[in-house]
Amino acid sequence: MSQNTCRTAAGGRIDRSRLVNFTFDGKAFTGHVGDTLASALLANGVHLVGRSFKYHRPRGLLAAGVEEPNALVAVVRDTARRTPNLRATQVELYEGLVAESQNRWPSLQFDVGAVNDLLSPLFPAGFYYKTFMWPRKAWHQVFEPVVREAAGLGKPPTEPDPDTYAQRFAHCDVLVVGAGPAGIAAALAASAKGASVLLCDEQPEFGGSLLDEPNAQVNDHPAAEWLKASLATLRGRANVTLLSRTTCFGYFAHNMLSLNERLTEHQATPMTGVPRERLWQVRAKEVVLATGAIERPLVFPGNDRPGVMLASAARTFLNRYGVKVGSRVVLVAGCDAAYLAAFELRAAGVKIERIADIRPAPGEAVHAAALSAGIAVSTGVTVLGTFGWLRVTGITLAHLADDGSVQDRETLDCDAVLMSGGYTPTVHLFSQSRGKLRFDEAQQVFVPGNSVERERSAGACCGTDGLRATLEEGSQAGTSAAEAAGKAGSAEGYHVQLLEGSMVGTPGVLPQPGNIPPSKAFVDFQNDVTSKDLALAMREGFESVEHIKRYTTNGMATDQGKTSNMNSLGFVSAEKGVALPKAGLTTFRMPYTPITFGIFAGYDRGDLFDPVRPTPTHAWAVANGAVFEDVGLWKRSRYFPRAGENMHAAVDRECLAVRNSVGLFDASTLGKIEVVGPDAATFLNRLYVNNFNTLAEGKCRYGILTREDGFVYDDGVIARLAEDRFHVTTTTGGAPRVLHMMEDYLQTEWPDLQVWLTSTTEQWSVIAVQGPKAREVIAPLVNGLDVSNAALPHMSMVRGMLGDIPMLLMRVSFTGELGYEINVPAGHGQRAWEMVWAAGLAYGMTPYGTETMHVLRAEKGYVIVGQETDGTVTPDDAGLGWAVAKSKPDFVGKRSLARPALVAKGRKQLVGLLTAEPKTVLEEGAQIAAVPEQPVPMKLIGHVTSSYHSAVLGRSIALALVADGRALMGQTVYIPMPGGAIAAQVVAPVFYDTEGAKLHV
Amino acid sequence: MLVIHCPYCGPRPELEFRHCGQAHIARPLDPSAQTADEWGEYLYLRENPKGMHAERWRHMHGCGRFFNALRDTTTDFFVTTYKCGEPRPAVSGTAPAGGQR
Ligand SMILES: [Zn+2]
Repeated sequence: MSQNTCRTAAGGRIDRSRLVNFTFDGKAFTGHVGDTLASALLANGVHLVGRSFKYHRPRGLLAAGVEEPNALVAVVRDTARRTPNLRATQVELYEGLVAESQNRWPSLQFDVGAVNDLLSPLFPAGFYYKTFMWPRKAWHQVFEPVVREAAGLGKPPTEPDPDTYAQRFAHCDVLVVGAGPAGIAAALAASAKGASVLLCDEQPEFGGSLLDEPNAQVNDHPAAEWLKASLATLRGRANVTLLSRTTCFGYFAHNMLSLNERLTEHQATPMTGVPRERLWQVRAKEVVLATGAIERPLVFPGNDRPGVMLASAARTFLNRYGVKVGSRVVLVAGCDAAYLAAFELRAAGVKIERIADIRPAPGEAVHAAALSAGIAVSTGVTVLGTFGWLRVTGITLAHLADDGSVQDRETLDCDAVLMSGGYTPTVHLFSQSRGKLRFDEAQQVFVPGNSVERERSAGACCGTDGLRATLEEGSQAGTSAAEAAGKAGSAEGYHVQLLEGSMVGTPGVLPQPGNIPPSKAFVDFQNDVTSKDLALAMREGFESVEHIKRYTTNGMATDQGKTSNMNSLGFVSAEKGVALPKAGLTTFRMPYTPITFGIFAGYDRGDLFDPVRPTPTHAWAVANGAVFEDVGLWKRSRYFPRAGENMHAAVDRECLAVRNSVGLFDASTLGKIEVVGPDAATFLNRLYVNNFNTLAEGKCRYGILTREDGFVYDDGVIARLAEDRFHVTTTTGGAPRVLHMMEDYLQTEWPDLQVWLTSTTEQWSVIAVQGPKAREVIAPLVNGLDVSNAALPHMSMVRGMLGDIPMLLMRVSFTGELGYEINVPAGHGQRAWEMVWAAGLAYGMTPYGTETMHVLRAEKGYVIVGQETDGTVTPDDAGLGWAVAKSKPDFVGKRSLARPALVAKGRKQLVGLLTAEPKTVLEEGAQIAAVPEQPVPMKLIGHVTSSYHSAVLGRSIALALVADGRALMGQTVYIPMPGGAIAAQVVAPVFYDTEGAKLHV
Repeated sequence: MLVIHCPYCGPRPELEFRHCGQAHIARPLDPSAQTADEWGEYLYLRENPKGMHAERWRHMHGCGRFFNALRDTTTDFFVTTYKCGEPRPAVSGTAPAGGQR
């Protein structure tokens, strides 16, 4: 029933009673529940799973876990659910799974790009850097299109992600990363006395390397039973959280670790209502890193052919999945631990053609065990090459004499080559935590040294060899972590029966005849970097490993050097003739493995991406056809088009309505701060450039706030509600920073002042009624309140009632017309608005938006902070010198305003511009020159800050900042544009009602 | 993400805080009496030490109070925090592992 020709008769942790159908590159296969895509393909005899990144060489599975660099596949559920760059070794098989290989065209078996392999001299180290230096034209037309098509890892989905992603924060006493023997022992010890423990592992099943140890006995029980019992114990403890399929990918300051939990990825039909993945941000009091170790490949010519893989991978495929990776196997061993692969495969009926040990003297125990099992062992050998294209068919071994000459060359037929150069501790997270790595001379690897965060490592990730030592170290680490977190732990001793071999090997490249670096001897499989590339980079002058990494791309991208880092360092140090630690170490970057963007976005998508701040009259504006604009988070009505109107027509109509009759505007977004206390006037006096001691109750004043450096920071109308109470308005965007600045001075410079600050922006709805008919509109609504010019002149305020709604009524104008701003509690905003609206219909009242507001204020030359000012403009530059109370002994910014540079000639000053051609509307931001025809770079004297078509004037107007502008009145300046310079006359920055008579009616 | 100890609220995540520049720079009592050089120094000159640095922070999304902090710029970690008006604590050496707890 099954084509699983490479499956063992029994054993493994798969469910042989349940078949799973899947396709790979369109071809149908079967596997079992519990398989990964990788193990199921191997069970079907499929080794060829991908093409390499640069040379498009056929590639097979190198590893069985997270470190797999070759078998990157896309898993496709539908057009929107296409996940590229998944490691086949981590893709759990489900019914109907559709997987595709990457980096190949038109097919995996026949890939046109493999011509790159023949042309490999054209793709040397630094290929991209060198190409970038080729002529620009060639890059755009030839190389970029070709390189873009051929390079890159995988293709992204083409539709928006339909899945949901969750995020949550968690706190615990002890976070244990990795649920192998060390991690489980740590979690058992740490949680025994009540400390809260979170244990996570990237795999679906807890156990780590124990799952590959069928012959181990722990505390007199088979390892599998001990594991089962231990997990049951942990599950039974309420203070323990177990997270499988959860990768800890980032270690941030103060023990904040990020975990990626995959919830539905392994399901044939993802459960509905469940997020696809979840981001955990865990703040742990203490951390135990039990992240294990990764076996290193050996670097020899042809070490990347399909069928050449890590010895540990062969063990995992055999012991966990019941898959034989070959029928005639050669093991190239660089450490004792590798021998176990040969022993276990042989026990499963696989012919071991040879154990070729690259060391002259293997460990005695494993050597003896091999010989007694009848396996031929050669020692002190090197590998000269392999054969085969889509699958390895043979290997050439030899001894090298001291003079580099070849002796005892022999070629063995085989269909799988296992290799092991020893193990590299997985120190990625420790390194991310900024812990200092230490080079262990005996083991020739980097291990965790001094901690920066409150963490400790246990087991293989700190170079610990042997199961018993790993378990006990884990147990002790768990105990010490619980104790450091202020709880108690319970360390245990373990006894173990197991034939073990040391994981210690020597990083680097296998020696070759003549000591020439071999070609096609891959150091970094994922990035297609060979030892020859590394040698070339060094010849070209790249000394530092960080430079070599970037030049060759060794250890970069999604792989982050999991299998390549140490071999690269071993090679570089040997070439340089220095000790390995002297060669330096590149930085491990997060994430440890690629992470779906979705978990970072989490819930913050669509409507939840950003908060929306509607004004109190938002519903009315929507109902009346407003076009909105985003101002920060605010939704502001921009204009209210009538049928057939574009923005220009609508704004012209709205402007004329305000000038000739009356308009209605929602000014609720203005920032509002209530400044209260016996010292409120003193406080504002010290802060603003104006004098507030002289502001009477019931009066308003236009206030300007400068920073200590003298430049305009904010402005707004300030009303004195009472002796000790001011209503301060700010710009819409400036409210938070003005309050922050006020708090700063109040708390840190003048803590003696009796002043309290309250943001009231959200509390008031502000309805601006502007235009010559404004008084007639509101008079009937205010219960007899005297709103005559005599009783309520320009820049005054009064409390009253708008119908039954309490209000602060301010006579202020940002339009230059008779105007009122009716402040009512925000909850009454829309009702108040509708009251005014109803009263205004008889006068043809027109709602207007921000666009019209801008035009109207520009016609009057009123500045907008942030438009006419840019952080380098003083009050005087902006034509606001009149507001500065020079008689005051001090205010924030006063000393700076006396600095020579701020009073020097040549400062840019605010002026008006009238284009010679009245229909021409200048571009805001356009530069200004005194002379039209100039060689580039021109001498520029200023820029346009605001520019509009003015309906009431029937022409364009503009505001500009021009050097010594006030001395240029009447003169012509030029605005250079692509179509030629535009001439404009410099005028005073007030275009309409220059005497301000309309304000005082 | 750092944990910052607000002297008023206790340990809170960094997201709640805003950095406000170097600490212990008092605004001159009579700015107009300052020479141009003195005023320029007050406005613009700041220290950039390698090691212990006194900084102003504000618990922006908490109690809203400004406070001062000693932070080790070589490790990023806070060593201690204290209220405005209190003198800079005498601290030597570097931040402990994991920073202030
Ligand atoms: Zn606080």
